Amino acid sequence: MKILVPVKRVVDYNVKVRVKSDGTGVDLANVKMSMNPFDEIAVEEAIRLKEKGIATEIVVVSIGVQQSQETLRTALAMGADRAILVVTDVTTESLTVAKILAKVAAEEQPGLIILGKQAIDDDANQTGQMLAALLGWPQGTFASAVVPNGDRVAVTREVDGGLETVDLKLPAVVTTDLRLNEPRYASLPNIMKAKSKPLASKTPADYGVDPTPRLTITKVVEPAKRSAGTKVKTVDELIEKLKNAGAIA
Amino acid sequence: MDNDVFDQFIEQLQRYVRERLIPAEKAIIEADAIPDDILAEMRDMGLFGLTMPEEYGGAGMNIAQYVRTIRELSYAMPCYRSITSINIGMVCSALKRGGTDAQKAEWLPRLAAGEIASFGLTEPGSGSDSAAMQTSAVKSGNGWVLNGTKRYITNAPFANVALIMARTNKEALPKNAHVSAFIVPMDTPGITVGKSDKKMGQAGSHIADIIMEDVKLPADALLGAEGGGFVMAMQSLDNGRLSVGAAAAGYARRALDSALRYANERKAFGEPIANFQLIQQMLAESEIEIYAAECMLEDACRRADAGENVLRKAAAAKVFATEMCGRVVDRVVQIYGGAGYLAEYDAERFFRDARIYRIYEGTTQILQLQIAKHMLREWAAQA
Repeated sequence: MKILVPVKRVVDYNVKVRVKSDGTGVDLANVKMSMNPFDEIAVEEAIRLKEKGIATEIVVVSIGVQQSQETLRTALAMGADRAILVVTDVTTESLTVAKILAKVAAEEQPGLIILGKQAIDDDANQTGQMLAALLGWPQGTFASAVVPNGDRVAVTREVDGGLETVDLKLPAVVTTDLRLNEPRYASLPNIMKAKSKPLASKTPADYGVDPTPRLTITKVVEPAKRSAGTKVKTVDELIEKLKNAGAIA
Repeated sequence: MDNDVFDQFIEQLQRYVRERLIPAEKAIIEADAIPDDILAEMRDMGLFGLTMPEEYGGAGMNIAQYVRTIRELSYAMPCYRSITSINIGMVCSALKRGGTDAQKAEWLPRLAAGEIASFGLTEPGSGSDSAAMQTSAVKSGNGWVLNGTKRYITNAPFANVALIMARTNKEALPKNAHVSAFIVPMDTPGITVGKSDKKMGQAGSHIADIIMEDVKLPADALLGAEGGGFVMAMQSLDNGRLSVGAAAAGYARRALDSALRYANERKAFGEPIANFQLIQQMLAESEIEIYAAECMLEDACRRADAGENVLRKAAAAKVFATEMCGRVVDRVVQIYGGAGYLAEYDAERFFRDARIYRIYEGTTQILQLQIAKHMLREWAAQA
């Protein structure tokens, strides 16, 4: 079975994000970029399925600026087999990405698509669901376990009430949650080997998709700073304070 | 190694250091040993094979890449560098310089894969003054018989192989030609390892005696020419000095980052102590010195990679980086204040760990002598 793993280049999770002074977006100048952590989990899961002999080939795909190539190289160094980069300089929206991925999937015919449940830059949590809808494939979102069995896959999902397991017919779309696995580091020998793995460069036009954004961002602001809290000694004091603050009657 | 591959590796290494190696430090201090799972990961990451040529299973890094890697690795506690340093430093270098094709094919892949190496020069009664060396190698049939004791040998308790310096001539010959180098598998009969010495710091790294009693070795245990051992070792020392300088620069950076965090968290007179100018002075002085050391290391490495003789510059970078590290960890204890003296906090361990950097791989004093001697000789030649 072939597994398709879409990955996104985002601001590194350790970076303290700052809004541009004119409020048009997040300042990306000289900011460290990395693979979206949820996508790293998706790559790791695909590699584990290959190590178990379930997957035969792992294709990683990224849609974004030319530098997304580095993100794909990381995925190749972790253990993916080949990469596709769809180059575009415009801001990618979930639906655009889902449309391109649907075309990639039609071309590649994977048995399973595993991707992060959301990207940590815009936290949209849409691409996986939109992709499943466009393809007409079943979906298992927020996965904490993925167990393929023949032409089906059991996906354990983290839902509000606890865990839910859905049984999907392949091909299917799975989005990963944090507890699915702990991704490996790319080793030096594997980084060296990854250099010779194939990386194809495409454009949205190759897939007949117009990437022009359909949404306009009017303003980006930083969250309001939280003021320091106070400690109370008794429940009575707490109630008194809440009353004074007008939080309860 | 290509720079884009190297950059990608450094990014992974920085994460690995911060997410795996640093969180494991507490357990290492308690057990005085690196856990097996971490050691296995370090082998998988390729950290034992940085300098071995690619055709022997290594990464084929140049000196600048290797020294930069050591600097990044040394952001975590020193034992991580120690356990890899003899493989990728002295022994790899000696094999590349003096090894036959068969010796390289035998040992470089094993070292790159993470079999651990030691280097034995120092003895109870001798160090750099090889005239006093007692360990002897005597020809016997086709092979050699070694006898003697090596002291303060890094990694001795877990080494699979040691590069041992032994005298092959009773007379002290000019240019130390009475000393030869031998590759000695540590499971050879006649070898025993003493108890690990107790140290001031650097938990998890071990030094001990290697005692050799009638250790029989085949002819091909001799590395390089008979009588060429000492020269070969000295030729490999420049890289070793850059490695220790990088270790000191990396650890100074770690200590300073820790002090920066503490100075922002710790409050006095109602505000973070980072607001006080005398604290800021200590932070700034440390930053300036670390930057200077990093520049010296990078310059010396670039010159070494271009084929320049960097004896003087490597010594200078080692002296400056290690003395600088000593000053930085001292300031870091000062910034921590009373907490800096408590074992509960990191500052006192940075202070203890850093002290050896000014001593091993050439003390500050012996390197100052070398630098001055080199300067005077150059002046005399030009006068």
